[in-house]
Amino acid sequence: MTLEEFIKNFAEQFEDTDASKITADTDFTELDEWGSLTTISVIAMIKTEYDKNVTGSEIRKCETVKDLFDLVAAK
Amino acid sequence: MANPFSLESKNVLVTGASSGIGRAIAVLCSQFGANVYITARREDKLNETLSLMTGVNNKVVVADLSREKCIDNLTEQFPKLDGVVHCTGIGSRVLCKSVTREEIDRVMGANFIAPIMLQTSLLAKKKLNKNASIVFIASHGANSPAIANSIYSASKGAIISYANCLALEVAPRGIRVNCISPAMVWTDLIVKDGIDVETLKQDEKKYPLGRYGKPEDIAPLAAYLLSDGSSWMTTTNVKITGGGELSPL
Repeated sequence: MTLEEFIKNFAEQFEDTDASKITADTDFTELDEWGSLTTISVIAMIKTEYDKNVTGSEIRKCETVKDLFDLVAAK
Repeated sequence: MANPFSLESKNVLVTGASSGIGRAIAVLCSQFGANVYITARREDKLNETLSLMTGVNNKVVVADLSREKCIDNLTEQFPKLDGVVHCTGIGSRVLCKSVTREEIDRVMGANFIAPIMLQTSLLAKKKLNKNASIVFIASHGANSPAIANSIYSASKGAIISYANCLALEVAPRGIRVNCISPAMVWTDLIVKDGIDVETLKQDEKKYPLGRYGKPEDIAPLAAYLLSDGSSWMTTTNVKITGGGELSPL
């Protein structure tokens, strides 16, 4: 699992947010599109792509995409 | 003043467009200015539909929605859509004591699984514009019990439940999802499954408006649900019945 690939997969979960706006340091909780739907979408992506289970409350403790990447990497 | 019911320059996909309600919807949408992509299994029947349509930006795409490869291929064939009308469907007449697993698979496969897998592909490939409108042709049978109609009714009830959940998931992008539930409409679907036309003609006299529906009675409602005129409608299941019930038996 590389950070670059994770960011790409993460950005893919958004419909209207420009993928180029999402970087390792992006505070994704500030994105207009971030919400319950995108949270579920990201949980499903992490399960499908990395075979790891993360919960909504774990994600809520993250701020940046890098935080989320570290969470998945530590699983 | 802009016409709120215009479909001018909207890209609309109509499935099951080779006959019946799907064909009537495809034709009307083209007359209202949409660029219509029509799909079904039978190419000759689709070309017949195309010949009835208005405008030069309509396109036939042959696809068997029971095959996932076909669905993926289909969704590559058009640009982002402003409207989708799921009209594919088959009939079924079987008493509860005679239901087989094969019949359930056949009916649920065509009426429930196929439209959902297409919708899944449209979402996964991001093929829907903001403020798009999705319409499912369900059936009054979903809420109106009729003898020998259990599997068909269940398949339509299932798609309505699915549509309501889909509506919540796409609402943040302004995308709307509604169902149309017709009672008896003169199409191949109702004359195929063992009821003779004479019985149906007797039954239609019982309808308060004196007749069964025609595909052309349903198409304007679908066009309305696709138009900006219905911008505040979502999770709605619109009954269109001539005042009648579903079954002649």
